[in-house]
Amino acid sequence: MATDKFEASLKKLEEIVKRLETGSLSLEDSLKAFEEGVKHAAFCSNRLEDAERRVEILLKQKDGSLKREPFEPGQE
Amino acid sequence: MDIFSEKTILTVSRLTTLLRGVLEENFEQLWVQGEISNLSYPSSGHCYFTLKDSGAQLRCVMFKSAVKNFKFRLTDGMALIVRGRISVYDQRGEYQLVCEYMEPAGIGALQTAFVQLKEKLALDGLFDEAHKMNMPLFPRKIGVITSPTGAAIHDILHVLKRRFASLNVLLYPVRVQGEGAALEIARAIDEMSRLAEVDVVIVGRGGGSLEDLWAFNEEVVARAVYRSKIPVISAVGHETDWTICDFVADLRAPTPSAAAELVISSADELRHQIETLAHRLRRSLGTLLANYNYRLGGLRRALHDPRTMLGHLAQRMDDLAGRLDMGLSVAVSRRRDRFERLQGALQHSDPKVMVDALRQRLELLSVRAEHSLSQSLEAVRQEFGDNSARLEVLSPLKTLARGYAIATHGDTGAVVTDAGSLAVGERMLLKLYKGQVQCRVESVETGKA
Repeated sequence: MATDKFEASLKKLEEIVKRLETGSLSLEDSLKAFEEGVKHAAFCSNRLEDAERRVEILLKQKDGSLKREPFEPGQE
Repeated sequence: MDIFSEKTILTVSRLTTLLRGVLEENFEQLWVQGEISNLSYPSSGHCYFTLKDSGAQLRCVMFKSAVKNFKFRLTDGMALIVRGRISVYDQRGEYQLVCEYMEPAGIGALQTAFVQLKEKLALDGLFDEAHKMNMPLFPRKIGVITSPTGAAIHDILHVLKRRFASLNVLLYPVRVQGEGAALEIARAIDEMSRLAEVDVVIVGRGGGSLEDLWAFNEEVVARAVYRSKIPVISAVGHETDWTICDFVADLRAPTPSAAAELVISSADELRHQIETLAHRLRRSLGTLLANYNYRLGGLRRALHDPRTMLGHLAQRMDDLAGRLDMGLSVAVSRRRDRFERLQGALQHSDPKVMVDALRQRLELLSVRAEHSLSQSLEAVRQEFGDNSARLEVLSPLKTLARGYAIATHGDTGAVVTDAGSLAVGERMLLKLYKGQVQCRVESVETGKA
């Protein structure tokens, strides 16, 4: 699921920030970590923004299966 | 008047008046027991409510005059025994109980059922915190189980739209009140869990009376919520309404709108979290680089510019060269002085000069030697004359000539000055002015000098 990838990315971002903040990395590793962190941050932000809002309603068919249809609020 | 005749057509008002007459005549004074709901105190001062039990409900009114005599405060769910009469409210065609007196009748039946079921489910562990699931960090699709025509779905969609929340919504339509509603809700929860399509499920409805909300107090709903593999948010009625479903759910929202806000806020929180992390990321690198820069600055200062160093060297060289010049001239003049001194000394020690000097000195010395020699000869001659005269005086011979003799021991030749040193019979020698005499000691007379 996309959520898993998102959460993995977020977790990675957190790890990178913590590692950078300890200041124990060499300059080269720091720059690499920073670059990676920026990528994760961008990925997470995009994921938050790119979802679309779609509203569907489940309708029960005669055979018991469920059918999806767009739902407009206010319909009686 | 025969109102049942085919030809008689009644107006609504007329029929209502007739019905009121019948009701008011036959239900003039009665006692009714039931539970209060839909209680309202409008500004008119009258009091309106519904009395109900599990099978029916009865509209009630208590007019201001009777309300004034009241000692306790009415609340929804309270069980009452009411005395009053039946009347009809013409305008709405409703019959109602006009209350004159009422007293509490212990806890109402529905309240009792609620408490009993709550206790039972608590014992079964349905409210255990340990069983509650965390809300999804980043819900992308939410399920909503409610009436498609109710206030709940309307409120939820309104909030999502107002907050520009990008979320997919899957609505599972159910009846939320009345016979069979609880079972429908329970089946919908099971179905949502089975589909595993959404990240979180909101189950609920808008506000209503206690019996309107009753489906959410049914065990079958509670069990389905407990079974669900997807986190469930319960959003039933208003802030003050608590249902069994609220207790079992992973999260309770006071209203459906609040449920939507909760779902969105997790995305908001997430956005904030990402921004914070990105900020910390940049800041920590900034700190790191600043630190390196600082160290570099220190090192750069320590690493002298070669040009500066050359300058220093040149200066030092000038300095040394100056000192060298000075030192050289000093050394030279010092050596010149010494040379001159030595030269002077050397001139003094020229052999010719030395020879001349020595000759001169020799001549001087010769003169002095001659002079002193003749002088000392004269002195010696003089002294000799003096001494000869003194010698004449001191000579023993002269003394001997006067008749003195020198006695000496015959064997040692030592002069005898003490008679005690002589023994009788010892030989002695007497030296006379002319010749000597051998003699022998006859006797000894010691004496003092």
